[in-house]
Amino acid sequence: MTQNKFAQKSIDPATQTMLSRAEQEGIETAWNRLESQDPQCGFGLLGLCCRNCNMGPCRIDPFGNGPERGVCGATADTIVSRNLLRAIAAGAAAHSDHGRDIVEALLHAAKGDAPDYEIKDKEKLLSLARELNVPSEERSEKEIAADIAYKALDEFGTRKGNLDFVGRVPAQRKNRWSEAGILPRGIDREIVEIMHRTHIGVDTDYVNLILQGLRAALSDGWGGSMWATELSDVLFGTPTPQRGESNLGVLKEDEVNIVVHGHEPTLSEMIVQAARDPQMIELARSKGAKGINICGMCCTGNELLMRHGVPVAGNFLQQELAIVTGAVEAMVVDVQCIMPSLTDVAGCYHTKIISTSPKAKFPGAQHVAFDEEKALEIAGEIVRSAVENYPHRNEAKVLIPSEKMEFVAGFSVEAIVSALGGSLDPLLDAIKGGSIKGIAAIVGCNNPKIKHDYGHVALAEELISRDILVVETGCAAIASAKAGLLLPEAAAKAGSGLRAVCEALQIPPVLHMGSCVDISRILVVAAAIAKALDVDISDLPLAGAAPEWMSEKAVSIGAYVIGSGVFTVLGTVPPVLGSSNVAALLTEGANDVIGATFAVEEDPIKAAELMENHINDKRAQLGLS
Amino acid sequence: MKEILINLEHCIGCKSCELACAVEHSESKNIFTAIFEDRLPVSRVYVEAGPEFNFPLQCRHCADAQCIKACIGGALWREAETGLVKHISEKCVGCWMCVMVCPFGSIVQDRKEQIALKCDRCPDREIPACVAACPTKAISLQEVPAYAKEKRKDYLANFLEV
Repeated sequence: MTQNKFAQKSIDPATQTMLSRAEQEGIETAWNRLESQDPQCGFGLLGLCCRNCNMGPCRIDPFGNGPERGVCGATADTIVSRNLLRAIAAGAAAHSDHGRDIVEALLHAAKGDAPDYEIKDKEKLLSLARELNVPSEERSEKEIAADIAYKALDEFGTRKGNLDFVGRVPAQRKNRWSEAGILPRGIDREIVEIMHRTHIGVDTDYVNLILQGLRAALSDGWGGSMWATELSDVLFGTPTPQRGESNLGVLKEDEVNIVVHGHEPTLSEMIVQAARDPQMIELARSKGAKGINICGMCCTGNELLMRHGVPVAGNFLQQELAIVTGAVEAMVVDVQCIMPSLTDVAGCYHTKIISTSPKAKFPGAQHVAFDEEKALEIAGEIVRSAVENYPHRNEAKVLIPSEKMEFVAGFSVEAIVSALGGSLDPLLDAIKGGSIKGIAAIVGCNNPKIKHDYGHVALAEELISRDILVVETGCAAIASAKAGLLLPEAAAKAGSGLRAVCEALQIPPVLHMGSCVDISRILVVAAAIAKALDVDISDLPLAGAAPEWMSEKAVSIGAYVIGSGVFTVLGTVPPVLGSSNVAALLTEGANDVIGATFAVEEDPIKAAELMENHINDKRAQLGLS
Repeated sequence: MKEILINLEHCIGCKSCELACAVEHSESKNIFTAIFEDRLPVSRVYVEAGPEFNFPLQCRHCADAQCIKACIGGALWREAETGLVKHISEKCVGCWMCVMVCPFGSIVQDRKEQIALKCDRCPDREIPACVAACPTKAISLQEVPAYAKEKRKDYLANFLEV
C-alpha cells in the first residue's frame, strides 16, 4: 500500500524508496509542497493576473461574472500575452546569461588570466572562426579564441542586423522570420524589449506581443543557448559517446560523495579535475573513505556525463532525495533549478550545501565564490571541504537505493555525424526510405504535477516503438538514462525499422544530446537536414515535446522550437488559457506565420499519437511514403 | 452541524473561492475545460471589499430563511437532514423575490436560464470548494461552538496585550 502511494508519484524505484524514507524521517519534498499548494490559484493557472503596475494587481474573471478589464483597461488577451512574454524573457535571460558566462570564461582563457582553462577542441575553434569570418592564418589559438569571444559578446549588445547563427538556418526559415518581423537582432536587446513592451501602457496587441516573444526566444535558441554549447565544446571538448551510470545508486557507501548540481560546466569541470588529484584522494583515504565520487545532478550532470561519462545521480525532482540518502558530503550548486529547500533538507544530515555563484546564494549554505582566474584552487577548496566532512556522516542514517542503470551519452552533432560514418546522409536515407519515420525531441524538466519520469519515459518508449528516432536533453534525457533507453540494447524496444538502423550503427534509439542549452544541438541538426533537402525546417518530419516542463526556461525553449518550425506538445498546461485568442494563436494561428504550433497533451501515449500524425503529414507533404 | 465561517482578518481578497466555486459548478469540474463550456459556470460566493475587511459572502443557510418564505414557486426549501437551504432549479420561476429579501445579496442569477442560483454547500464534496481553495484558511467549515471558542481565545490574547 505504501509502495503503491509512492508509485503514484514516480515510476523510478529509487525515487519511490527515497520518498518513503523522507516520509519516515519527516522530511518535506516538492511533492508534499505541491499538495499543500492545492488547489492552486485559478487566475494564475489561466494567466489572468496582472501585477505589472501598482494600480493593480488586477484579475480578469474567466467566467464573465466579474471584471473583464484591468484598471488600465488591459483585456484578458493583453494580460495573458504580457505574462507569457515575461516568462519567455526570464527563460531566455537564464539561458543567455549562462551563455555569457561561458563566453567570459573563454575570454579569460584566451587572455591568459584563467590558466586552468585550455582550448580543448581546436578543430571546433577553427570551424567557428571560419563561420564567423575570424582570421585564423598565422594566429595563435588564444588570439582566435579572444576574437570569437568578442564576437560572441557583440551578440548580446546588438550592433548589427541579426544574430550570427541565423546563418545556420535554411533561407526559407530566415525569410519567414524576416516577413514576420521576428529575425532575432541581439540577445539582450530582445529581452529588454519584452520588458519594455510589457510595461504599463506600451504594447497591448496580443499578436504583436507574441511575435516579440518568439523573437526573444529565437535569440535564446540561436543565440544565448547556442553560444553556451559551442564555446563549452571549445573549452571543455565536444562530446563523444561515453558510457556511464545513472540514478541514486551511483552514490557510494564507502567514498566521499560530491553532487554537482545546477547548470554551468565551468566549475564542475574543475571539481572533476580536483577530485582526481592524488593528494586529495590520499586525504580522503586518511578520513576513512575509499575515494572521491563526483556525481552530477540536473544539467551540470548532463554537461559532465556528455564529456566524461561522470555518473549522474538524478534529475530535478531527485535533488532533495539525494540528500535524504545521508551519504552526500557536499552538494555543490551554481545556478538554475536549485530548490531553495535544499538547505532545510541538508540541515537534517551532515550534507554541506556549497553555493558558488555570486548570482545565487542560499541562506544556510556555505558560500565559496567561484572565480575563473583561480578555478582549480577554488575547486580544490570545495572538494577538500567535502572530504573533511566525510567523518561527520552518520552511518545509521545512510540509505542508498540499489538502483542504477548504465547509459551511453555524448551525442553531440559531431558525434552523431561520426557515428553515421562522416555525414548525415545515412540518417537522411533512413528517413527517406521510411525505416525511420522522423525525429522527435523530448526535452525539459520534472514537475510533480506529472508522475515523475513517466511523462518522459512513456513518451520515448512509445515513439521509438513507432520507428521515430528520439533525441533528448536535460531532465528528460536523465529519465531515459535511468530507464535504460540510452543503451544500444534498448533498440529491442524500437520498431523494426528504427531497430535495424540502431543495430547497424550500434547506437541507442534515444540519443542524449546534452544539457538544456544543448537543445541548440538539436536545432543545428534540424537546420542541417533541412538545408540538405532544400526545404524549411517546418517541412521536415520532426516533432518536439516537453512532457514534464515547469520552468520559464522551458517556456522560452518551447517558443524557440515552434519559432524554428517544429510542432511541440506540452505535457502541462501553460498559463495562457485565460485568453481564447492567445490559446488559438499558439495552437492554430501560429502555423500561418511560422509553420508550427503548440499542442497540450498530458497523456504520453496520446502525445505520441499527435507527434506521429504530424510526422506522417510532413512525410506525405515531402512525397515520402 | 458545521457551518461555513469566515476569519475576516485572513481574507486577502484573492478571489480563489470565487473561481473554485464556479469550477465546482461547471460540467467538467476542471478549470482548463470549464472556461470553454457553452454555459459558463457561475460562482455562488463573492468577495466584497468592506471598509476594513474583505468578506467572502455566500448563502448563510439561515434558520429563519427569508428567501424560503418569499419563494412563490416552492424552489427554495430546507433539507431536513442537513438543515441547508436548497434550491430546485426546475421549480424556479425567476421572480427574484429571494434576491430582494436576502440580506446578504448571496443569491445570484444564471444569466442564460433566468433562474436563481445559490450556494448548495457542494453536495459532491466533503469540504466545500471555497473552503478548500482558500489559501489563507479565511474560509472554514466548522462547528459554531468551536469557532466561537477560537474567537474568545483571540479576544483574550488581545485583551491581555492591552
